[in-house]
Amino acid sequence: MDPVIEIAGLCKDFRTGFWRRRVRVLHPLDLVVHRGEIFGYLGPNGAGKTTTLKLLTGLILPTAGAARLLGRDLMEVAAKQRIGFLPENPYFYDYLTGREFLDFCGRLFGLSASLRRDRIARLLQLTKMEGAAHLQLRKYSKGMLQRLGLAQALVNDPDLVILDEPMSGLDPLGRKAMRDIILQLKAEGRTIFFSSHILPDVEVLCDRVAILVAGRLQDVGRLDQILKTETESIELTLQHVSAELLRSLQGFTQTPILEQADGVLIRLPDEHRLDMALRMALAAGARVISVSPQRVTLESHFLREVQGAAR
Amino acid sequence: MRIAAIALNTFREAVRDRILYSILAFALLLIGASAVLASLSIGQEGRIVKDLGLASISLFGTFIAIFLGIGLVFKEIERRTIYAIIAKPIHRFQFLLGKYIGLVLTLLVTVGAMVLLVVVLAWAIDGHWTPGLLAAAALDFVALMIVTAAALLFSTFSTPTLSAIFALGTFLIGRLSGDLKIFADQFAGLGLRLIANGIYLVLPDLSRFQMGAQIVNGLPFDSAQIAGTLLYGLAYILMLLSLAIGIFQRRDFK
Repeated sequence: MDPVIEIAGLCKDFRTGFWRRRVRVLHPLDLVVHRGEIFGYLGPNGAGKTTTLKLLTGLILPTAGAARLLGRDLMEVAAKQRIGFLPENPYFYDYLTGREFLDFCGRLFGLSASLRRDRIARLLQLTKMEGAAHLQLRKYSKGMLQRLGLAQALVNDPDLVILDEPMSGLDPLGRKAMRDIILQLKAEGRTIFFSSHILPDVEVLCDRVAILVAGRLQDVGRLDQILKTETESIELTLQHVSAELLRSLQGFTQTPILEQADGVLIRLPDEHRLDMALRMALAAGARVISVSPQRVTLESHFLREVQGAAR
Repeated sequence: MRIAAIALNTFREAVRDRILYSILAFALLLIGASAVLASLSIGQEGRIVKDLGLASISLFGTFIAIFLGIGLVFKEIERRTIYAIIAKPIHRFQFLLGKYIGLVLTLLVTVGAMVLLVVVLAWAIDGHWTPGLLAAAALDFVALMIVTAAALLFSTFSTPTLSAIFALGTFLIGRLSGDLKIFADQFAGLGLRLIANGIYLVLPDLSRFQMGAQIVNGLPFDSAQIAGTLLYGLAYILMLLSLAIGIFQRRDFK
């Protein structure tokens, strides 16, 4: 597959305090993002996500390591010609109107006046900002600034779109709109690399994810593979369960057995115990309604990774 | 095109800022008031208008250069507006030069308005216009460009308050550095003379750009001397901008 982002040993130290002590915020990072992927970059606050994104966009300079974006070295300014970037909690020049700001961004990419006009009209439509294009940005709400931020990230028709917390500060409708736009960008063949805290959105959108904790990469891979390899528990639903069988089945699990309208629900920790419970239930004349493995959610996987790293 | 885009945006920011209009209105009012003051003198009306006019241009031009210059880069970093810009295909030196040119353009328009008023008032009083006034204003403008470059340099690594103190200090010492050199050459011992000469070489000699008194008194001026002063000014600006770019190039925008 065609790599769009290739990161090799990229790391960053900051100097803090009076004695300018060196603190490593990003440990040597190796990561590859392929063309056409939606790649989720996850991690708790302070994990180094924004630091990575700032390194990729040239806002901070690497302490060591290298990265190639769309085949060009990170330090080459020309590499940014085909890249769009939405910073976290974007703040733009509040004395400009939305249209003026997008036009200014278009000029920074060296776009001609007619191309800028066409593209701005299309982006205002895409982000549903046509009605606010004539307003100065100081009058914009947080959600409007986020949408304008996305529009400015797309003004150069980029092949790679880097988004730092694109869902932050958006209401449910705004999040849905942002998700739809991200999916549309993927359908157009673009690569999207984004950081987020909002795991359900990541689960819906991403082809692959990376989990970063305390500046170190903990896990990276296809979302379906990461989550398929592990089952959290198996739910067994039975009918015609006698009181005696119920007491015996409770021995297979720590979780209390639930008595529901359609039968009893037993949450078993693994397949071995499922086998034993099934054998016992069938021998005692119970009827099996369903056996359903409970897949690990991204959230529980994420929490496990973060807690594991903390230990 | 990219430098021009940043410059135009900086100019637009300045002209949409009410502070600029307040300073300009005050400056124009003071220049206008010099005509009233001139009417109280006998036979010196034109001289007073030109004298006060040029002093006002220098004073208020410096205000604008310092107060807008100190925030040029700091504000961009503090408000995080720089994030979306540096992530675009623009070299950091292009960004800095664009900011500088934008502010110089703002100064050109505001100083231009002040000069126009002084020229019109002087012409109304004297009955003829003094071309030397424009030469004096042009030289003063180059001095303002130096102060702007100094403010921009300080703005790349310190807060606006500290930048204002540094820039104002540069302006004041720059105005006096010519006298400092003369004083050291005439009175000081060898050690002090070396120190004074060192300071003179490092800090800009802004007194070179003050030709108001010569113009007002109708004295002839040497074009070779003016050309030399202009070259000195441009070299100094280039040095300040290079330093600013060198610092800005290595900055992390955390």
